[in-house]
Amino acid sequence: MTTADTGATVLKVQNIAKSFGGVHAVRDVSFEVRAGEILGLIGPNGSGKTTLFNCILGQLEPTRGKVLVGDSDVTGLRPSQLNRLGVGRTFQLLQVFPQLTVTENLILAGQEHKGSRLSRLFGAGDAGLTADAARMVEFFRLGHLAHEKAGGLSYGQQKLLDCAMAFMAGPRLVLLDEPAGGVNLSMLANLKERLQAINRETGATFVVIEHNMEFVMSLCTRIIVLAEGAIIAQGSPETVRRDPKVIEAYLGH
Amino acid sequence: MADFLQLLVAGLATGAIYALAAIGFTLLWQTSQTINFAQGEFVMLPAFLALIAMNLGAPFPLAALIAILGAMVILGLTFKLAIVDPLIKSGPLPLVISTIGVGLLLKDGVKEFYSAEAQPFPKVFPETPFSLGGANFTYAQIAVLGVALAVIMALNWFLAGTRTGRQMQASAQNPTVARILGINVNRMIFYTFLINAILAAVASLLIAPSQFAKFSQGEQLGLAAFVAAIVGGFNQVRGAIVGGLVVGVADNFAPTLLSAAGLSSAYRQALPLFLLVLIILFRPQGLVGRKEERAI
Amino acid sequence: MTMKTLGSVLLTAILAVLILAPADLTGLGLPWGGFRRSDIDVLTLWLITAIAAMGVNLIVGYAGQETLAQAAFLGIGAYLTALMTKAGYPFVAAFLASGLLSFVVGILLGFPALRVQKHYLAFVTLAFTVFAWLVFRNEEWLTGGVTGIQNIPRPTLFGFRSKPALVYYWFALAMTVALALVMAWILRSPWGRAFTALRENAIRAESLGVDVRTYTLLAFAIGSAYGGLAGALYAPFVEFIDPSPFALGPSLLFLLMVVVGGMGTQAGPFIGAAVAVLLQNRLEILQSSNPAFAHLSYLLVYAILVMVLMAFCPTGIVGLWQRITAPRRRPHADDKGPILGQVKS
Repeated sequence: MTTADTGATVLKVQNIAKSFGGVHAVRDVSFEVRAGEILGLIGPNGSGKTTLFNCILGQLEPTRGKVLVGDSDVTGLRPSQLNRLGVGRTFQLLQVFPQLTVTENLILAGQEHKGSRLSRLFGAGDAGLTADAARMVEFFRLGHLAHEKAGGLSYGQQKLLDCAMAFMAGPRLVLLDEPAGGVNLSMLANLKERLQAINRETGATFVVIEHNMEFVMSLCTRIIVLAEGAIIAQGSPETVRRDPKVIEAYLGH
Repeated sequence: MADFLQLLVAGLATGAIYALAAIGFTLLWQTSQTINFAQGEFVMLPAFLALIAMNLGAPFPLAALIAILGAMVILGLTFKLAIVDPLIKSGPLPLVISTIGVGLLLKDGVKEFYSAEAQPFPKVFPETPFSLGGANFTYAQIAVLGVALAVIMALNWFLAGTRTGRQMQASAQNPTVARILGINVNRMIFYTFLINAILAAVASLLIAPSQFAKFSQGEQLGLAAFVAAIVGGFNQVRGAIVGGLVVGVADNFAPTLLSAAGLSSAYRQALPLFLLVLIILFRPQGLVGRKEERAI
Repeated sequence: MTMKTLGSVLLTAILAVLILAPADLTGLGLPWGGFRRSDIDVLTLWLITAIAAMGVNLIVGYAGQETLAQAAFLGIGAYLTALMTKAGYPFVAAFLASGLLSFVVGILLGFPALRVQKHYLAFVTLAFTVFAWLVFRNEEWLTGGVTGIQNIPRPTLFGFRSKPALVYYWFALAMTVALALVMAWILRSPWGRAFTALRENAIRAESLGVDVRTYTLLAFAIGSAYGGLAGALYAPFVEFIDPSPFALGPSLLFLLMVVVGGMGTQAGPFIGAAVAVLLQNRLEILQSSNPAFAHLSYLLVYAILVMVLMAFCPTGIVGLWQRITAPRRRPHADDKGPILGQVKS
């Protein structure tokens, strides 16, 4: 659908497997994501979606397999190292810093990408970050809340801030874990429209875990279906929607 | 070989006492996420309760009973109601700080209102030595080991073999599910505080005859209990037992090991700490613990 | 903006009082005879204690880690400064070396602990404190063992001999202000933001590129360096050091002090140190002068104070103050933040 669909491979997941004790949460999953794509990752509860995310992002060490971002092998890197390579994420449960203001949250999300650590002690790059944060606040329509403590925002507003933080450093790849969870309808439309705008304007690539089918079907260009830790179907939203295996996976449990 | 056996038994005897303190420490952590920095003082205090009872004319068995009951009231009931309950909702740090305060209070209270001097404690078991295969032991060592192991076995039977014990374990492992199953989780937590108090009292009465009773003893005893709990595996009763025995044995072998390494025996206290650092570096889950991996 | 101006006016006034109050002003025609020598020494001790507490506050209050080693770092700084100045090195060199050594030891100590679970840093620092104390006590060739090191010289700075109590007090005050400014700078820099982030949510911070391990180590090492710097000021102040102030007990007291004052606030360490030092001083005077209070020991009172404060206001005295003044400063009910402030629920 988007023209960028045919771009170079941004993320390559090769034979990732993860087991906890005797439980195989993810078994031998491989897929590729091309530049500019919005890939949906769906599946029933407990199908291994979040575990897969955590393996890709260095939060968990995969039992087997490799993760490549661009051409470089990033398996075993820590989340902060991966983030500085241009990979952002959001979490299933809301994760903002409640004691910092909205602007401070955003500045924090960008600061590790500017200058050296020592130069940061002397405030290098802070001016640019403040401007970036102001732009981001406007973009996500949180302008009137810029100097409020994040903890005082409504749930939906915090969710927007959470996303905004993931985009603050201009990542080329962002993994979103249930961005629509718990967000009310009007906020949901806003969120979807903002995500599509970023994708259009910056060419950033998304992988989205989502349970809200309507949201995911209208946002994503391609969908992968996971069940019991393995890929059971993939393709355009239309193909996946009609796939009997998918219907069985959702209804059979 | 005889020397080795002698040190081993002496070490196991002290270690069994450490294990009692470490089990209590671990139980409090499991059921209510309380890191009790006053655990050493908990082991220091009951001996003084017994001394007070004896000063008032009570024979030793009655004094020991009074010490245990007093510990249950002060270190179990009062500690739970006055310190832990009001603080548990404020997160771990205020509670940790408050237990440090409790430790200071007990330590300085005993110093100010009983005595700053080490107090001799009646020898409950005869210190007479006997020889076995060339090694010398005392009846007291064997008796201490026996009593401590009996208490540990009784606790194990209680936790695994009784309905209340199993309910306590369920509450520790998953309070939410336990509540759904109709278990009174708060009562179970309260029981662990009582058990901790009993274990501390028994440890206190067992260690006092050989080390005297002194207000400042808690620091060393508490350290031994922390180290034992972590060496064994922070969240398992089994681990605390193994850890206690290991620390006790290491402590008794320390002078020999130190002199073999050409170091002053003044560093005896450092050996358990060295053990602690080794465990944290190479086996952070503890000797018998299982590695935990947490998803987000 | 007016709040900010008010704040700086208040700070300047406090500083002016701190500079002038202990001095004898009768020479200037003012009816003020100054403080007694023993009271000036209490103030100096308060300042030195506050420097070490600032370090603990950075580690515990801002970065959300735990340390039970501050007294050991105080000892490292005190012994190093005593040895260096007695060997003829200038005080400035000893002062900087004390901070640097504590920083390096802090990194070496934190590095292994951070590979594992969070609260293990508390146990590693606890072990380290006991170990450091054993070294101070047993390595007689270096530290003098239990008899300690005597006749530690007070420095001469810019031609001023700091031997008189008042001059040394002013010197300690200048150093405290300088170190407080450095701390304020760090806390307002991106480093300070990263420290707060790792206290509030380390996993999220890591996902935003904040290298949690490095920042935790930095917080721990800088906080420990403040302990070493306080020690460097402590040794010439008391002129005689032995192992007892550097044991585990005093380390615990540093932690309590910061919580009593108010964790994660810049005034907290000063208030906490003031309560601890003044309470001890006043109670000791009371105990020795009035037999009715013979058993009212400082630790007993302090322990009760800590427990009461934790039960009713875990955010410490600063938190208590904010709670009292909050309704007036914020008339709108728009502040839905947790009442407990920085304390996680």
